[in-house]
Amino acid sequence: MTVASPTDFEAGSLQPEGWLRYFSFSLDHKVIGLQYLVTGFVFYLIGGALAGVIRTELASPISDFVSRDVYNQILTLHGTVMIFLWIVPVVNGAFGNYLIPFYVGARDMAFPRLNAVAFWLIPPAGILLIGSYFISGGAAQSGWTAYPPLSLTTPALGQVLWILSVLLLGGSSIFGGINFIATILKLRRPGLKLMHLPMYCWAMLGTSLLVVLSTPVLAGTLILLSFDIVAHTGFFNPSLGGNVVVYQHLFWFYSHPAVYIMVLPAFGLVSEILPVHARKPLFGYTTMVYSIMGIVVLGLIVWAHHMFTSGTPPWMRLFFTIATSFIAVPTGIKFFNWLATLWGGRIALNSAMLFSCAFIVNFVFGGITGIALAQVPFDIHVHDTYFVVGHFHYIVYGGTVFVIFSALYHWYPKFTGRLLNEDLGRLHFLLTFLGFNLCFAPQHWLGLNGMPRRVAEYDPAFTTWNQVSSVGALLMAISTLPLLINVILSAYRGQPAGDNPWRALTPEWLTSSPPPVENWVGEAPLVTHPYGYGTPEGQLDLAAASGSELWQASQR
Amino acid sequence: MTSLTPETSTAAGAMALSAHQLDSHGAEHGEGHADVRLFGLATFLIADGMTFAGFFAAYLTFRAVNPLPADATYELELLLPTINTVLLLVSSVTFHRAGRRLMGGDGEGARLWLLVTGALGAAFLAGQMVEYFHLPFGLTDNLYASTFYALTGFHGLHVTLGVICILIVWWQSRQAGRISAANPFGLEAAELYWHFVDGIWVVLYGLLYLL
Repeated sequence: MTVASPTDFEAGSLQPEGWLRYFSFSLDHKVIGLQYLVTGFVFYLIGGALAGVIRTELASPISDFVSRDVYNQILTLHGTVMIFLWIVPVVNGAFGNYLIPFYVGARDMAFPRLNAVAFWLIPPAGILLIGSYFISGGAAQSGWTAYPPLSLTTPALGQVLWILSVLLLGGSSIFGGINFIATILKLRRPGLKLMHLPMYCWAMLGTSLLVVLSTPVLAGTLILLSFDIVAHTGFFNPSLGGNVVVYQHLFWFYSHPAVYIMVLPAFGLVSEILPVHARKPLFGYTTMVYSIMGIVVLGLIVWAHHMFTSGTPPWMRLFFTIATSFIAVPTGIKFFNWLATLWGGRIALNSAMLFSCAFIVNFVFGGITGIALAQVPFDIHVHDTYFVVGHFHYIVYGGTVFVIFSALYHWYPKFTGRLLNEDLGRLHFLLTFLGFNLCFAPQHWLGLNGMPRRVAEYDPAFTTWNQVSSVGALLMAISTLPLLINVILSAYRGQPAGDNPWRALTPEWLTSSPPPVENWVGEAPLVTHPYGYGTPEGQLDLAAASGSELWQASQR
Repeated sequence: MTSLTPETSTAAGAMALSAHQLDSHGAEHGEGHADVRLFGLATFLIADGMTFAGFFAAYLTFRAVNPLPADATYELELLLPTINTVLLLVSSVTFHRAGRRLMGGDGEGARLWLLVTGALGAAFLAGQMVEYFHLPFGLTDNLYASTFYALTGFHGLHVTLGVICILIVWWQSRQAGRISAANPFGLEAAELYWHFVDGIWVVLYGLLYLL
């Protein structure tokens, strides 16, 4: 049921074999990429509906829309669905699978079968998770963090199904990560050096390293947690001599890197989109690469900044504050590189560019509140308040989801051979940008004033800003409509895009749109300067030139 | 096993394959060099090792900060686990022998050493079971007991899978050409995995029994 989304628009146009291949155990990386994308989008709609329930409940201070228990289930499902079934699969699995083989000059991923397995773990995991809402006792109620002892005292069956679902999704993620590492490091066509690769490859390499190093720790931890629930061991149960703080350490050892697993690929995608629509080379390629790897290393040693109120000793607080603050350095480098890429460019303010630029704005705001949260005195004040919720959504929605939309406008012509409608795209952007900021900016105010997160009721003094936030959420819900209409209608009536509507130089555009099954007819192009923009326009008839001609011209 | 599954082997796709791409595709799917597959397995073992690392970190923290109940103890009988450690270490050597024999073209010798390795692994598991039955504590008795069973059980699961892999490789090597000096991937992969499981046990032995 959850995969019943590949609408007809992807059919026919993409593969001559018909739409059934999207429901099959296809080994084609492009089919798998779109399977991830559409499945993820279905879960985005589900997670969005859950968010709608949360914001409706919070539109008034008392618990009147759903019961408290149901509210807890809804917010647990919302977090888990959005993170594990929407953002991680789409920003890694969907675009990664579609683009990485093109970027390394391969005809498929290193392990196509493992790739298909990784995708097909997701629908059952999603069904388990959503289905757990309908069993007796309901879904898990302990938030996406599943902290014991709370997760040991809420109804057990829902929690166990939650664990099972997350384990499946973790396995899917690890399989994907192994595949990306092997593809990027081992499957590059001869002559293509690592430093020739488009930035998204580096982002996916860094992300996959984080996936492989940190996800298994979460898996092991959740297995121990399930023993505590099912076999009544006491690993994390204080009443049996266990230790809850150990769970938090192990959980955040994955779940802080998880933020980078969600946002590093977005960095990569933005780095692909900006140069194309600004007609300029990506600024500071080498520093971008080192920044990504710096974020990977630092991302693994900052987890305890989530635990400043968990009795962490002073030396630990000091270390994790400093390490976390250091992340601002590589992130700042990337931010200024993007600005420098735009500087003086011939910017086309289309939907893809608008979403990417908004990403930069949102992400900087989320980054600044992140640095603030890394400071112990401030964190202790706002810990577990709506300030954290606001910060987090500025990163994952204002950051990553904006980039997913941007990438959709950018690569939709590659997927389908047709352009998305610009007017609907700009309407989508306007509604999303307004709705998003209206929804999440007030949450910083609420948090600073002490409104706790994860609670269905609040002090009536917070009512106004909560209602503003709920109106923002409504706008975000409405903003989905122009996107859906656009994506479906453009598949049939969209303006034909040609092979390379953006006159881009990265390898996925140097073939037909949609691409043939084995990606290129003939040999894969050797693209050693994927950002060679800036060829004087007069030298080349850009409208008539094919991608490879464009590429060769830029080499002259 | 080839990347050109029936639905993807269109004329365009087939034509598009240059010599190099056929090569690299072969590597992906078991024809020709095994580099990428062993690389993938090694990456997976790093991930698997991180699961153990998480368990070890939890165990060490438990020991450091969570006192045991008055009647519980960290002391364990050392004889059986030490014999088990020796068994596993020897099995790594015998597996290596099997690989050497295979590369030397001696399939019979390779199979013999494989069986010896599998027997050593099975003996380890039997020893583990005997130890479990004689331990003075059960799974839920205290934090140390739970951690002990979780760690050794998770490792034992790995050994069990390893023995099954060895038997599969042994069976495959009886069929002509499936596992040979020219195509040693199955044996190499099982061997890499087996050494990994042995290495984990050495750490585990040190942490659980000696510390």
